[in-house]
Amino acid sequence: MDNNIIKVSHLQKFFGKNQVLKDVDFNVNEGDVTTIIGASGSGKSTLLRCINLLEKPSGGEILFHGKPITGKGFDPCSYRAKVGMCFQSFNLFNNMTVIENCMVGPVKVLKRPKAEAEEKALFYLKKVGMDPYIKAKPRQLSGGQKQRVAIARALAMEPEVLLFDEPTSALDPQMVGEVLSVMRQLAKEGLTMIIVTHEMAFARDVSTHVVYMADGVICEEGSPEKIFEHPENERTAEFLKRFNER
Amino acid sequence: MLPSDFWGRIVFILEEYGSSFLRGIGTTMLIAVVSTAIGCIIGFAVGIVQTIPCDKEENPVKWGLLSVIKFILTAYVEIFRGTPMMVQAMFIYYGTAMVFNINMGMWTAAFFIVSINTGAYMAETVRGGILSIDPGQTEGAMAIGMNHFQTMINVILPQALRNIMPQIGNNLIINIKDTSVLSVIGVMELFYTTKGIAGAYYTYFEAFSIAMVFYFIMTFICSRILRVLESRMDGPDNYELVQTDALVLGEGMHRYNPKDKNVSTNGDYRAQRAGNFNENQREGM
Ligand SMILES: Nc1ncnc2c1ncn2[C@@H]1O[C@H](COP(=O)(O)OP(=O)(O)OP(=O)(O)O)[C@@H](O)[C@H]1O
Ligand SMILES: [Mg+2]
Repeated sequence: MDNNIIKVSHLQKFFGKNQVLKDVDFNVNEGDVTTIIGASGSGKSTLLRCINLLEKPSGGEILFHGKPITGKGFDPCSYRAKVGMCFQSFNLFNNMTVIENCMVGPVKVLKRPKAEAEEKALFYLKKVGMDPYIKAKPRQLSGGQKQRVAIARALAMEPEVLLFDEPTSALDPQMVGEVLSVMRQLAKEGLTMIIVTHEMAFARDVSTHVVYMADGVICEEGSPEKIFEHPENERTAEFLKRFNER
Repeated sequence: MLPSDFWGRIVFILEEYGSSFLRGIGTTMLIAVVSTAIGCIIGFAVGIVQTIPCDKEENPVKWGLLSVIKFILTAYVEIFRGTPMMVQAMFIYYGTAMVFNINMGMWTAAFFIVSINTGAYMAETVRGGILSIDPGQTEGAMAIGMNHFQTMINVILPQALRNIMPQIGNNLIINIKDTSVLSVIGVMELFYTTKGIAGAYYTYFEAFSIAMVFYFIMTFICSRILRVLESRMDGPDNYELVQTDALVLGEGMHRYNPKDKNVSTNGDYRAQRAGNFNENQREGM
């Protein structure tokens, strides 16, 4: 049975003359928790942003359930509604309260009735432990709280895949834990996720699949055991060694 | 007869011409408030069009059309910002009447001139207000599937509006004062009224003292009202923590997912989806 959700093949991305992604291939199947690791500037964010069409791929193909997402007649908005994204800088809507942040997508994009959207928003806010804060504005929350609301906002769209771009990089160490534990829970429940992260311990624990990127190519990928215990590629080993020394 | 001391004359003028002053104030406020409102609408319309993103290669027809419209709008903004309103008033009211035989009427001309000027200034303000919003807000909106229009209406414009409120207040105050130039086309606003009163008994000092005070009161009240509006838009500084158990909506949880008995923080994500969208077949894998 084919349970492939996203298939990236020969993906390339240029910023002007600067080639940031060079021939990237990878697959995401349903229930996969894929983590992408790699040095700064290796193109991890760019890859995620291409998958979400926040950046336009310059070459290659991205298939969503077998359909090319850059093809004619493919609606990027309804696609993005099915592929959620959480950002390093949270990007909560500053003009809305916590609950409104989680309701606006279902109501305006999915055209759900308000009452239903509110119930769901509350459900997902409860899940991330932010239900007491529904009346707060983003500026009144801590970083960790904002990120948890951002996760609830993405979940409220009930996406098929959720992308995370360094969700904990902008957080103080004590707030990292609260966000990671929410993500751990989601992984356990079988939500399909692609996570760019520098949290190696977390990557090792939750992923079903690890991708190591360097200089715009995927150097090595495989199970967490393979990547973390027996890396075949020299650069992977070097990268992980530097991490362990910290 | 006219009293000889300053305060006596003030009282005399107010008794004699109080109702004229009030009518002048009413006219000034009416033109200023209505024109500022219309000007803001024009400004938002122009500012929004100026910030529509468009890719030249992807959609050349739309791009060409937009470029032409943007050029016309830029010309409008520059011309009206770059010429004095008094000159525009003369040009539009008398000039067009003579050459094109358009007689637009004094009131129409007054509203038109002030609105179109405010619009020109507001267009730039709105454009700046939109561009100043963190691009992350747009990305957050796009990431949940909003299109450009939905993003603008729900996310960007409310924030831009809040940020430019001080500028809107500025424009209102400027308009209250600048309606005085409409006296050149015969609008009986506060300045023109005062001039007439001052001339009647030759009491320029007293009459214009009164006008100064009235202008100041009008602008001061307006700026206070706008401040109150601004803090209304900001909402309360504090938020209450909500006890979800006490929420009536809390009960909705169970209705929302009747299959799962322990709907709590541990509710299974996939079971949720399955329960709601009948994707049970996917569960089998
Ligand atoms: N909008 C852009 N315009 C031009 N160059 C860009 C743009 N965005 C990214 N780049 C370049 O692309 C390269 C890869 O960037 P990217 O953000 O994907 O790296 P990353 O792997 O996510 O790094 P980090 O771990 O620091 O987030 C960098 O060299 C960066 O300078
Ligand atoms: Mg990055």
